[in-house]
Amino acid sequence: MSTEMRVHLRRWLSFFAMAALIAIMTGPSGSNNAPVQGLTQSFAQPYSYFGLFRAQRWMIFFTFALVALGLQTLWRRSGGGVRARTAVLRQGFEAPGRRRATVLSAVVVVALVALFIPHLISNPGIQSGIVEQVLAYVILALGLNVVVGWAGLLDLGYVGFYAIGAYVTAWMTGRLPIAAPFHHPVSSFAAIPVAIVFTMLAGVILGAPTLRLRGDYLAIVTLGFGEIILVFSNNLTNVTGGSQGTNPYIPSFTFRIGGLKYLFGNVGYYFLVAGFVVVTIVLFRLLEHSRVGRAWTAIREDEVAAESIGINPLKYKVMAFAIGASVSGFAGAVTASQIGVVYPSTFSLYFSVNVLTLVIFGGMGSIVGVIFGSILVQGIAVYLRFYPPSGYQASDLYMYLGALLIMMMIYRPAGLIPSRRRRREIYQAEDGIGHEGDVLLGEQS
Amino acid sequence: MLKVTDAVVRYGAITALHGVSFEVEQGEIVTLLGANGAGKSTTLRMLSGLHAAQAGRVEFEGRDITKVKAHELSSLGIAHVPEGRRIFPQMTVEENLEMGAFTRKGSYGEDLERMYGMFPILKDRRKQLGGNLSGGEQQMLAIGRALMSQPRLILLDEPSMGLAPMIIDQIFRIIAEIRDGGTTVLVVEQNASQALRLADRGYVLENGRVVLADDADRLLVDPRVRAVYLGEEVSTEEPASSEIPSGE
Repeated sequence: MSTEMRVHLRRWLSFFAMAALIAIMTGPSGSNNAPVQGLTQSFAQPYSYFGLFRAQRWMIFFTFALVALGLQTLWRRSGGGVRARTAVLRQGFEAPGRRRATVLSAVVVVALVALFIPHLISNPGIQSGIVEQVLAYVILALGLNVVVGWAGLLDLGYVGFYAIGAYVTAWMTGRLPIAAPFHHPVSSFAAIPVAIVFTMLAGVILGAPTLRLRGDYLAIVTLGFGEIILVFSNNLTNVTGGSQGTNPYIPSFTFRIGGLKYLFGNVGYYFLVAGFVVVTIVLFRLLEHSRVGRAWTAIREDEVAAESIGINPLKYKVMAFAIGASVSGFAGAVTASQIGVVYPSTFSLYFSVNVLTLVIFGGMGSIVGVIFGSILVQGIAVYLRFYPPSGYQASDLYMYLGALLIMMMIYRPAGLIPSRRRRREIYQAEDGIGHEGDVLLGEQS
Repeated sequence: MLKVTDAVVRYGAITALHGVSFEVEQGEIVTLLGANGAGKSTTLRMLSGLHAAQAGRVEFEGRDITKVKAHELSSLGIAHVPEGRRIFPQMTVEENLEMGAFTRKGSYGEDLERMYGMFPILKDRRKQLGGNLSGGEQQMLAIGRALMSQPRLILLDEPSMGLAPMIIDQIFRIIAEIRDGGTTVLVVEQNASQALRLADRGYVLENGRVVLADDADRLLVDPRVRAVYLGEEVSTEEPASSEIPSGE
């Protein structure tokens, strides 16, 4: 057996073992609410152990694993396999003169698919699920990618800014117990820029004093920030409406042109938010190759060296933090108007971890990776919500995501579609080259 | 050009510099010598803004820069080559050099060509990653990156550290070239004999104090320096003392 085959086999066996572990832990009809039910059952009633093989959770995990591994194999740039078989094809597409055309045609294909999705899916629940669970998360993950992937800062309080964005929208439209500014509620569309400004300010206010901290310390501070916002939104009842959420409904986006009035429904929101995604991608692509983007790379690679060539690390870190915060707030404002209600229970630590998972899963620092990772993971999440296998609960999702993340970190630490530079950083850090301290985040200790 | 007066630096309860004073004139190479822990690196850390002086004063071209932060130096005309080279390992050689011009406005293409003229090996490796270069090449890259900001004064921290003798010669020739090109150089070194042959003047630090200050060629033959830093027996003159020379 060739070495490569053995590596593949071992990889598959470990995925299999992980799935088996989840199945045994939760039992045939258990869930993450009764984590050891499967184990106790199999001791108490050995025969029920066989029931495990009917368990749906194997299937769920393998759905994740299969898609992830499949995509990875397709994307492999080195080694034989797909690369050799598609050599002729790729020569055609990747020839220097045609690279642009290849990228362009890929964009067109993705755009066409995106264009037809709302027409292929007629279930309004799924339609709105795609907007709030997939598209909004693509924007969120792209924003966090600036902070984590480019500036190398671990932000665990990302949800705090999302919450601020959502509450600012509720406030501007007059849906909070406190009066709208100047007692004059505005439309939810007009609330977006205000939400962006507020969250950007919040990012600067939180970032300026704390971004002097490195690595773990920053993670703890941001974690605390997220929790403070959660407690405020739950308990500051006379401002936020408390755990009952805001009331009445935050209006959806509406446009009036002359006498015509267009109320954004699910399909309208789909195209609008997809448009926002495109704008975000274009802006961030420009940002990535700008002076600011290069400064981030320098700080991430070696902060002392970056300072010695005249880069002010604090300034650029605060900038990254504020950009991430405003993107999060923007997503919060858009989803608030789409869902219509702002509930504090949305703003748990899970939310931040979920977005961070997308960034790590897709490939830190890589715009394409983060987009694919988000669509893939969130797409499966939406699918499982609307077509749940028997015994599946929504909160089980994190169990599978956690297991998948462990496997990813072992076999593909740079993510599904890593940025070229980021992948080098991780492998060089493993070889002890460079000043990389923390492999995951590129922070020096 | 650079004037340090009674600089005191403390790390918590430990005083690393007890009032260090020295001067660097335009167009010369000055070297700071001393054993491990003498305060050489602390002095450079203080100059480069990485660690603040608790007392004393640092002046550059008549301007007080005692409180200036590390990232503000390069726009003042001071470049710092930190200890251990610290190039950007995942950037290519060319990207590293381009980053050196970060604070400059306008084009830097000419300087890039000048660096490649000065370090032909970097031109051969321009598309390679900084992390894959040899130690000597990395040191050249670090110096080249610092020169990209067109500094009037360059601070070099242990440029010979961990390099083969042949490479050290090469680096030191380049440092002389830099001075001849009009940039003033302050170099901190453990390799005393070579540093003194290169430099115009030298200062010897001991336990956070300047104990000797003289022209480099005179320091090179000074029995105290020879005994302690060059590790030679000096039998012809006064009995060689194994004690630390005191210059106070």
